[in-house]
Amino acid sequence: MTGTHLGMPAFPEAAREAVRDGVLRANLRHATHTIRDKRARAVAELADWDRLRAAGKAVKDHTLRHLDRYLLQLEAAVTAAGGTVHWAADADEANRIVTGLVLATGEREVVKVKSMATQEIGLNEALEAAGIAAYETDLAELIVQLGHDRPSHILVPAIHRNRAEIRDIFRTEMGRWGRPAPEALGDDPRELAEAARLHLREKFLRAKVAVSGANFMVAETGTMVVLESEGNGRMCLTLPETLISVVGVEKVVPTFRDLEIFLQTLPRSSTAERMNPYTTMWTGLGPSRGADGDGPTAFHLVLLDNGRTDTLADEVGRQALRCIRCSACLNVCPVYERAGGHAYGSVYPGPIGAILSPQLRGTSSEIDASLPYASTLCGACYEVCPVAIDIPEVLLHLRERVAQGGPVTRDGIRVTLRPAHGHTAERAAMRAARLLLDHPGALRAGMRLLARARRLRPRRLPGPGRAWTDTRELPAVPAESFRDWWTRERGNPQ
Amino acid sequence: MRVALFVTCVNDALYPRTGIAVVRLLERLGVTVDFPAAQSCCGQPQYNTGYRHEAEPLMRRTAEAFAGYPYVVTPSGSCAAMIREHYPRMGRKAAGEGRGTSLAEAADSLAPRVYELSEFLVDVLGVTDVGAYFPHTVTYHPSCHGLRALGLGDRPRRLLAAVRGLELVELPGAEECCGFGGTFAVKNPDVSAAMGADKTGSAAATGAEVLCGADNSCLAHLEGLLRRAGTPLRAVHLAEILAATEEEPLS
Repeated sequence: MTGTHLGMPAFPEAAREAVRDGVLRANLRHATHTIRDKRARAVAELADWDRLRAAGKAVKDHTLRHLDRYLLQLEAAVTAAGGTVHWAADADEANRIVTGLVLATGEREVVKVKSMATQEIGLNEALEAAGIAAYETDLAELIVQLGHDRPSHILVPAIHRNRAEIRDIFRTEMGRWGRPAPEALGDDPRELAEAARLHLREKFLRAKVAVSGANFMVAETGTMVVLESEGNGRMCLTLPETLISVVGVEKVVPTFRDLEIFLQTLPRSSTAERMNPYTTMWTGLGPSRGADGDGPTAFHLVLLDNGRTDTLADEVGRQALRCIRCSACLNVCPVYERAGGHAYGSVYPGPIGAILSPQLRGTSSEIDASLPYASTLCGACYEVCPVAIDIPEVLLHLRERVAQGGPVTRDGIRVTLRPAHGHTAERAAMRAARLLLDHPGALRAGMRLLARARRLRPRRLPGPGRAWTDTRELPAVPAESFRDWWTRERGNPQ
Repeated sequence: MRVALFVTCVNDALYPRTGIAVVRLLERLGVTVDFPAAQSCCGQPQYNTGYRHEAEPLMRRTAEAFAGYPYVVTPSGSCAAMIREHYPRMGRKAAGEGRGTSLAEAADSLAPRVYELSEFLVDVLGVTDVGAYFPHTVTYHPSCHGLRALGLGDRPRRLLAAVRGLELVELPGAEECCGFGGTFAVKNPDVSAAMGADKTGSAAATGAEVLCGADNSCLAHLEGLLRRAGTPLRAVHLAEILAATEEEPLS
């Protein structure tokens, strides 16, 4: 993955800032609670939700198990439909391919439809370095781009911004990128949307090259499927002459019929809609094949690995590749609600980010080593996941990787990771606690000592315990442990 | 009926009142309670922090301590979930690492015999009215492991609703985590405290006198926040309320 976010402080430090930002917390709370409640209602409408969820999981698991076969089938189908398939092992390779394709058209600007994959590889920055301007056309992405900001949510990248902030960004920034915002722009959603529409329309009509991602790629037909709310994506897919799509290898589904499941579960899980407003399905080229003359005359599909096949090699962690990027886990997560998306230091925030990023990027950076611990393991994310990713199970698996090390696949090679740095004291404490707990006699003696010293109980603890006593009182130490009470009342236990 | 009490390390050391309440409650219902002395911690702190190998000896100890008991009752949804959900996983992993099948066998043998208190009362004993008396307004926080990993459902609330004199008020956002999360409370103290403060705030706003839960770990975190903030609301374990009677009220 891109180095953009690496060098971020570990999650606890990044989250501390967010927790103290009252406006941010209010924005996040309002947005996540609204979508959370709506999602629950939309899901409750379907009597067969559990079966759809199981079916989605089964299709994804089957596809991942035979990924090599389905990717080759996809390549053949896309090629037969007039497209060109490119394979990218990592971010650098994908960026090189896309940059080369754009430069070959002679164009120096592209329009983009919201895509997690291109954010993951840092494509906009790579294009900029090659002298190519990339314009985001999803409303929320536009807000983020104009605000020189980073997305903080998979589906609602500007979730951390309120209306007044957006108005200010539009007023000061739009004119520097194209059509300026109206002089007296207010913060009414309709006015803001209209300003964005006029600004973007100029870009759509001018652009010769578009860059997209995809929600699904159908292996049997070579069909690209893009789900969206605003129609800007459809403009990107149909107006320009050249379309370049960067798609993670895990996005493939075997048959057209499989879409039946995901076109029900994805919209309800993500935007709490029965169906998303725009579902664009695109197979191959436009004018040369279609009667209506719509669509690009050149289509390039860049299939992106970037850590995915390494993740696939891990039998617990691979379930993260089932993710359809609906963001239900973010919206339900109480940790995300307080910390915000930026604290995760990754384009994939929230619970799914906490298990995906340390697998795609490895656990060697401070931020990646802290992500598996950015959860209380409350299980709400697993409960809402439409493809039943057991996120708590993967979090525990990755915690073990960080704390104890273990086998892992990197660039296709099986290696044994050593424990991450900075866990020496914790490991010693865990070991000491285990030794004590495994010797009930010693444990009992320790409890008695504690009971005798109970009046000396400090209000503030030193070391890691300070984190507890900074905000919370310590529990009072009882005069007698349960074990001693039992012995006094009932005699020695068996 | 004879059952083994798994009191949990947190209750043993810090909340003996919870264990005592379970003993009094079960004996009042005609159950004979044993306290196997070899028991210790279930290993959850180690396991949840990523130290699976340090958790294994504690898992073996726990399985051995309760061998031979058809029912093991514990007043902690979180420790029950550790044994039921994670012990079998740990056993399979140890076997997968070529360390034999004995851990897996111990785990698979213990897991189905472990009951969280409210489960044991409702499912095994078949009671919801346990003859308790507690004349106070109570709101209930269902801790995540009990709620999601064990699927306790409304069992605790049904038990509370049957207590004479008790007025049960619903806790808004009850299903949201309180922010304890084991070592999360220490590793991510700011987020943990923010979550806890929202939880105690909702609980206080119900006007209840008592915030009830079925896990002393979550309650320790919430009680710590309540006391630091000077809120009069008390955090009390479900077992203590169910054990209280007119003759022996909760002190």
